[in-house]
Parts: sequence; C-alpha cells; structure tokens
Amino acid sequence: MFDLSGKRALVTGASGGIGREIAKSLAAAGATVALSGTRVGALEDTAREIGENSPILPCNLSKLDEVDKLVPSAEAALGGIDILVNNAGMTRDNIFMRMKDEEWDEVIAVNLTAAFHLNRAVLRPMMKQRFGRIIGISSVVGVMGNPGQGNYAASKAGLIGMNKALAHEVASRGITVNSIAPGFIASAMTDELNDKQREQILSTIPANRLGTAQEVAGCAVFLASDAAAYITGHTLNVNGGMAMI
Amino acid sequence: MSDVADRVRKIVVEHLNVDAEKVVEKASFIDDLGADSLDQVELVMAFEEEFSVEIPDDAAEQIQTFGDAVSFLTKAVG
Repeated sequence: MFDLSGKRALVTGASGGIGREIAKSLAAAGATVALSGTRVGALEDTAREIGENSPILPCNLSKLDEVDKLVPSAEAALGGIDILVNNAGMTRDNIFMRMKDEEWDEVIAVNLTAAFHLNRAVLRPMMKQRFGRIIGISSVVGVMGNPGQGNYAASKAGLIGMNKALAHEVASRGITVNSIAPGFIASAMTDELNDKQREQILSTIPANRLGTAQEVAGCAVFLASDAAAYITGHTLNVNGGMAMI
Repeated sequence: MSDVADRVRKIVVEHLNVDAEKVVEKASFIDDLGADSLDQVELVMAFEEEFSVEIPDDAAEQIQTFGDAVSFLTKAVG
C-alpha cells in the first residue's frame, strides 16, 4: 500500500535536512527520485546515500528561468513525473518594522512563487496520465505565525492556501495536492541552540522532544502512496502536539 | 466534413463522452457539451497532440465551439 515502485519523483531542496530524508524515503519505497537543489556536492552525497541512479538537477529557485527548466529536465531524466515535493525553503528573519523589501521578496520568491511555477508545470503531464501527487512542505510557522518571520510565515501559509485551491481544481483528474507542516525538527540549525533556548522550545512541545527529518519524510511517503489516494487539500501537522489543529 | 473536423470530433466525443450528433459547428464545449474549464484545457492538449501543433493560451481561449476548433486547426495544419 505504501509501495512507490515505478513512480518518478522530483524533490526540491534535496541537498540537506528534511529534503534529503524525503528523497531517501521515497527511493526506499521504490520511487526513482530526481534531486534538485543549489549545492551540487550535497546533492551528490544524497544520491550516493540513495545508492541508485538519482538524476541531479541543480536549480536556483530564486531565478524563474531556472525554475521553469526544472520540470522539463526532470521529465527528460525520469521519463515522466508522478510525484512533486516542493520542499526547498529559506528564511530571512527580521522583525516587521525592520523588514526590508528584499527580505520579503526573496523568501516569497523561493518558498512560494517557485512552488507555484513547479506546480503549474507538472499539471500537464499529471493530467494526461490521470495520476499525480503534489506535496508542499509548509511549516507550523505558516499555521501559527512566529515573531520575526512575517515573510516566512506568509510564504508557508501561502503554500497551504495555494495547494488547497489547486487540490479543488485537479481532484477529479486523480491528482492530490497536500501540505505537510513540520514543527521543530532537529537540524544543523537546532543543534546550535543553547540549553536555555532548547528548554524553552521543548516546554511548548507536548512530546518533549524535537522531531526528526525521518518523521517528516515518512509523512511524504504516505501522502505519495496509494494509501493516501483519497486525501487531498489536507495539511498534515507533524509537530509533536505543539499545535493541535 | 473535412478530415480535420472528423479528427476533432473524435477527440471531443471521447473526451467529453457525448454523442457525435451533438458535436455540431456551433456547439459550445462548455454550454452545450458539458465541459468544465479543465476539460477545455485538456481538449486543447489533445488537439495539440493529435495535430502536432502548439496552441498558445490566448488562441486557446478563443476556441469556444467545435467550429472554432476546426477552423483554428485547419489553418494551423494548412
């Protein structure tokens, strides 16, 4: 039921953290996975960990001419596309009163506009084959807000709204469009927190621990699988109980 | 009826699941043949494939009836 044999997937931001685990988990479930990101060395590491032939498709998502080449490149490399995971994201934190236009624009461009372009590009092949799985990696911050992250919160909430609208449009064509909203996930970034910061964060999480990238990746495999064929327009909150919504 | 019209009709009948007799020149895909806006996009995709042409979005928007499609494609392949 969770078998993805024969499925072809494109994962953005596959060079590290959650994206790498998603790529590895999709591949472990049987999919062929094209890896996109900006750091080629890290993408090669991911490919090596997968151990099978994973096409590497470098792409800077802040440049729309590169974004618009990504889906055609993935289709060429994989022979088609069944699963798109919009995982890539970036932050440029600042309090609202100090936030610069560039900080706003850059985050919206990479986190939201690139996902819009990629979603639009996969619709034609997915509609033709009457099958598709689109998964957006949002964030608990898009659902709850977070001080200093007005741009990031807007982009992640935007992803959820966009995916719901698209889910309406294409549900009758066998295409599901869902979002995953991770909470605090252990990463290089959270490793740098000091004990006090860590304690403060954990006090807001009923599970009393950070999540792992694997726990997010498992949800992506589920949403991509036949087991989730009747789920669309949904947001899966993966946050240890931090926000029960 | 031209060869183009026959090929277009075949696509419309198959895709919208309607009787061939209903696919007349003035038949509107949406108003008369039960298409929704997504069906319309898919019809254009099917026309592109059948006739190996590219139909730009602004031209696609003008194709509202069976007759529109036949005349556009006749010109495009002509």
